[in-house]
Amino acid sequence: MDFAIDANDLGKRYAIGELQKYKALRDTLTNAAYAPFRTVARMFNGHQSSNSGERNSIWAVKNVSFQVKPGEIVALVGRNGAGKSTLLRILSRVTEPTHGHARIRGRIGSLLEVGTGFHPELTGRENVYLNGAILGMTKAEVHRKFDRIVSFAELEKFIDTPVKFYSTGMYIRLAFAVAAHLEPEILLVDEVLAVGDGAFQQKCLTRIRELTDQGTTTVFVSHNMHHVGALATRGIYLRGGSVFRDGDATEVIQLYFDDALRSANAASTADIADASGDNHLVFEVNASNRQGTAELDPGEDLLVSITYRSLPPPEQVHFNVSIWTEQGLLVTSADSRFTTRSGFPASGDGVVRCVFPTLPLATGRYLLKAYILSGDAALASFGWDDGRACTFVIKPKLADVLTDFVWYPTQSDYGLVRVPFKWSSDYDC
Amino acid sequence: MHSTEVPIFDIQPSSAWRLLDTRELWRYRELIYFLAWRDIKVRYKQTAIGIAWAVLQPVAMMAAFTLFFGRLAGVATDGIPYPLFALSALLPWQMFSRAVTESANSLVTDQRLITRVYFPRIIVPIATIIAALADFVIASGLLFILMVAYGVPFHWGVLWLVPFIILMLVTVLGVGFWLSALNVEYRDVAHTVPFLNQFWFFITPVVYSATLVPPEWRALYGLNPMVGVVEGFRWALFDSGASPGAITLVSTCVAFGLFASGIIWFRRRERTFVDAMGSGGR
Repeated sequence: MDFAIDANDLGKRYAIGELQKYKALRDTLTNAAYAPFRTVARMFNGHQSSNSGERNSIWAVKNVSFQVKPGEIVALVGRNGAGKSTLLRILSRVTEPTHGHARIRGRIGSLLEVGTGFHPELTGRENVYLNGAILGMTKAEVHRKFDRIVSFAELEKFIDTPVKFYSTGMYIRLAFAVAAHLEPEILLVDEVLAVGDGAFQQKCLTRIRELTDQGTTTVFVSHNMHHVGALATRGIYLRGGSVFRDGDATEVIQLYFDDALRSANAASTADIADASGDNHLVFEVNASNRQGTAELDPGEDLLVSITYRSLPPPEQVHFNVSIWTEQGLLVTSADSRFTTRSGFPASGDGVVRCVFPTLPLATGRYLLKAYILSGDAALASFGWDDGRACTFVIKPKLADVLTDFVWYPTQSDYGLVRVPFKWSSDYDC
Repeated sequence: MHSTEVPIFDIQPSSAWRLLDTRELWRYRELIYFLAWRDIKVRYKQTAIGIAWAVLQPVAMMAAFTLFFGRLAGVATDGIPYPLFALSALLPWQMFSRAVTESANSLVTDQRLITRVYFPRIIVPIATIIAALADFVIASGLLFILMVAYGVPFHWGVLWLVPFIILMLVTVLGVGFWLSALNVEYRDVAHTVPFLNQFWFFITPVVYSATLVPPEWRALYGLNPMVGVVEGFRWALFDSGASPGAITLVSTCVAFGLFASGIIWFRRRERTFVDAMGSGGR
């Protein structure tokens, strides 16, 4: 059988020094004065074969082997830094592996970002052609699909306006419209589904399904387990750069969450403080009821406290806490940007608290994510993708049969949210 | 699915010494075209006089040179009217200057693109050089109008321009490959380019004639490939100055040497561009 993707023992090593943005010629010249031959050799070889390479380097991806059959949809799952994006970059040929071999059969369409290569000075029309060419479409192909792209983006009126005058929403719509009309045999998608609103995300998912029906093979990265569950038939769970589990998508999601929660309990505050010299840091997130336990009765108040460090800049920061189901569905979020205009002072270590009065959620376990924000940028995050998690449980409870709420159903049976309701009938009892 | 022939890509650590994959470049010809087209569009998009800049710049330079070097300093021009003498050199010189400046920065400017999509990286400096060629073509029109105005008789020797234009392109591409690849790792290069341009201007016979250089030094002078290009332009256009000889030969060798070594260096370093750029920024 011919696999669409056949990866064998892929590895990618980065020199730690490469994390610094670029080198000054001065340093190389100074080195050259001391060790002329070695420096010349190194300039030609890059960082790859220097002797110190093994010591001062990390393997972002290591020993990764897997095969993907034509038409499969595979999700890459894992924490931040697990190597998902690096693997995707290797498969899309943006960067070379240090080790191993992969064979890909079919035209590759890689979508590591929407709108790559868009130029603000150019009009929508011009950008469609430019972006199409960058994504690998021919001019004739873009020309043929042009009208469909524009109507997909719903931008007929503004297509000859420079995109610098577009709103963010218009920009994303146009960028996605071009990408959506790419018809590759192999589609590689990074976390691009995260941008845009719900309707936009739905459009993305629908389009990926359509392509799959036409036989496209898809490998995608998402932090949204709900998307993974809805779209993928198979999941590959990467941990520390290697394949930890490769199997049925639902199984892999469950394993990933269990894993995240288990390791979260192991990480202590001190470890985290040691590990990072960051100016912004979430040490701990705690969820409980008024009595201080993480097992709530239905309808109790939920208290969330965030222990954090925040040093300027910026002077003011905001916080966001969100509640997720174990299947990765976002239930709700509390964002201080909506309620307190000025934010909180970034003046060292502190604790912020957020109350969700009479939390109307169904029975089950929930996960929390927290962010320190400035404007639209996340300065620090706390969640299972960072290997840390905070959970709480809504306990099942049988209430008094004479009250309105007889019993509290589980998430899967009756939905996530408990809302008050009252039955009546035309026949008076 | 979409075509009967399914392309197969093998992904593995590439060998260290690679030459140009011309078949792949040919497959990506439309992207080269679009990147060059983008550069040209964007360059003149927000200017009031637009593409007229391509004419205005050489005209202004020509006027200044004619006044100071032609009139006041009385530089010998081998019998060519000074404006024509200056403009015929300004054409390849400005092409060189613009192409070198823009190609040196090209990879860094497009790093967002490079860190997110695969394409042969070498098309980035190639596209900027093609974009610079647009100005060259427009300025050439100006030169021919001026030549007619000055009553320079037409002669078939003008066709000799073709090999010298090729020599110019080979030089510019060679320098462009070197500087763009170096600039990814050593941003010092971008700071050096303005100085390099100025220095190179003075060692190229734009305002003066190469015949000023004593004959025994000319071969050495030809180590600057732009000397061969500029002298070739003047010889082909006006049949004046030194006919192609030692200078041309030396310049051609240096130009092709730069070109070949530029490709090898570029292909060698290409493998680590993305790693050196990190995530490419927002």
